[in-house]
Amino acid sequence: MSNSTFTASPFLGKTFGVTVANVTKKFGRTTVLKDVSLEVKPGEIFCIMGPSGSGKTVLLKHIAGLEIPTSGEVRIGDFDAADPETRNKVHLALVFQAGALFNSLSVYDNLALYPREHRECNEAGIRERVMHALSILSLEKAANKFPSDLSGGMKKRVAIARALVMEPQLLLYDEPTSELDPVMSATLTEIIATLREQTAVTSIVVTHDRDLAFAIADRVAFVMDGKIRGVGRPADFKNPTDPVIANFLNPVIDLKNPRFKQLENSHE
Amino acid sequence: MNYLTIIIGHIGGTLLLLVRSLKFLPTLPRQFARFMEQCYLIGYTSLPIVTILSFFIGSVLALQSGYSMENFGAKQFIGTLVGLTMARELGPVMVAILIAGRVGSAITAELASMKVYQEIDALTTMNIPPERMLVLPRLAAIVVMMPVLAIIANLCGWYGGALVCQYTHSISVDSEAYFTALKAYMKRSDVTDGLIKAEVFGFVIILVCCYIGLNTRGGPREIGASVTKAVVTSLILILVLDYFVTKALLMS
Ligand SMILES: Nc1ncnc2c1ncn2[C@@H]1O[C@H](COP(=O)(O)OP(=O)(O)O)[C@@H](O)[C@H]1O
Ligand SMILES: [Mg+2]
Repeated sequence: MSNSTFTASPFLGKTFGVTVANVTKKFGRTTVLKDVSLEVKPGEIFCIMGPSGSGKTVLLKHIAGLEIPTSGEVRIGDFDAADPETRNKVHLALVFQAGALFNSLSVYDNLALYPREHRECNEAGIRERVMHALSILSLEKAANKFPSDLSGGMKKRVAIARALVMEPQLLLYDEPTSELDPVMSATLTEIIATLREQTAVTSIVVTHDRDLAFAIADRVAFVMDGKIRGVGRPADFKNPTDPVIANFLNPVIDLKNPRFKQLENSHE
Repeated sequence: MNYLTIIIGHIGGTLLLLVRSLKFLPTLPRQFARFMEQCYLIGYTSLPIVTILSFFIGSVLALQSGYSMENFGAKQFIGTLVGLTMARELGPVMVAILIAGRVGSAITAELASMKVYQEIDALTTMNIPPERMLVLPRLAAIVVMMPVLAIIANLCGWYGGALVCQYTHSISVDSEAYFTALKAYMKRSDVTDGLIKAEVFGFVIILVCCYIGLNTRGGPREIGASVTKAVVTSLILILVLDYFVTKALLMS
């Protein structure tokens, strides 16, 4: 394995596009996604932005096959994301917002679980893969720690390292930079971009982080209240014409006429 | 009506979990480490409490039957009574209740917290079926450990009864007479029936506890709710199944 690249993936270059076609998702009586359609091209960094509670995580879970659409379809390449068989054909990794690390396993074992379970190589090979992924995120010293001993930022990096060990062909991130300090956010942004650079992996990033989206996204989609409000290149949103997107990207802090007062009044 | 459909749905879900887990039976040899870990957690760590409780249950059984059988002058049959009751009924049921309380609850808590903190989702996206990694080793371990625990419970109960008979003044049946009576009227099938019961209880408890844990929804609060549900369901199932399995075994 050469050390000059992030991962010497056997899937190098073999990546998938994602098509979300008219997906509607209801939980009981509430409709969380309303006729959402998106097209993510292979090799793209595609950012999904939008306010909290707008359905971004639910959308990402549909792509990962963890939720089944009430109507509509999600396709990864030519495969149906909702079909469990798809997992045998596509290496898909999801970096959960809270990390979703296995609390009973050390950091090392968290990373080693995937290659061990899939019997992809012997222990020596696994060790090399795990340590390589840890070194990319400068986590070598944390290898023997347990998730409960890690800070929030470290958990996030371990979650990304665990995704890298899977040598993914499709990489999904749920708010990778939330709760991180600005320097760590910038570091993770660079990591996401560099990974795509070196493995050409399609990366879908759900985020609030304008800096991240505008620095590395090929395209950005805005989700508002379960609907797609706009899709385009970051440059298209430098001076957004849509007032809702403009307000989301550049909220003006106005102490004379604060938002919470407006909310109060709207209830009357 | 609505209740009924919910219950039928859960029974179906539990059976589906069983089928999905058994599908991975061929992977058991390479999960040997996990299987052994579960054997340790289910069996070995339950040993002290099983030993102590069954010893005292056997003792109390001897004490009570000594008191009541004295009236018939049937003290020489105390060994038979303690032996049969332990082997056929109290041994398996008591071990099952202990397993529900200390192993079933722990399994549900563990799986429910994995579910709530999205570890199960993470496994699913990693294409590692939770049935294979989490459920199968536990089911295999209970199948192996349950008869062992039941046999230990029987032995401890029998010896507890023997000690009480010998050293209680009002009974004073020496242990030789006690064990002669115990052996004379007890068939091999009395012991194996009890082991079959223990096996059924243990298997059902672990399956149900896994099912309830994996189907936890919502936040951390639900972990506690799931544990309560799992223990209560297990206890009800033990006592209801006890009747039907006993009946089936007596008929065969
Ligand atoms: N499993 C679920 N059951 C019911 N409602 C859900 C479920 N998952 C998410 N929701 C609801 O869907 C909406 C969108 O959630 P989410 O996608 O997590 O938002 P975000 O854009 O902040 O990631 C929220 O109102 C949430 O309450
Ligand atoms: Mg979210």
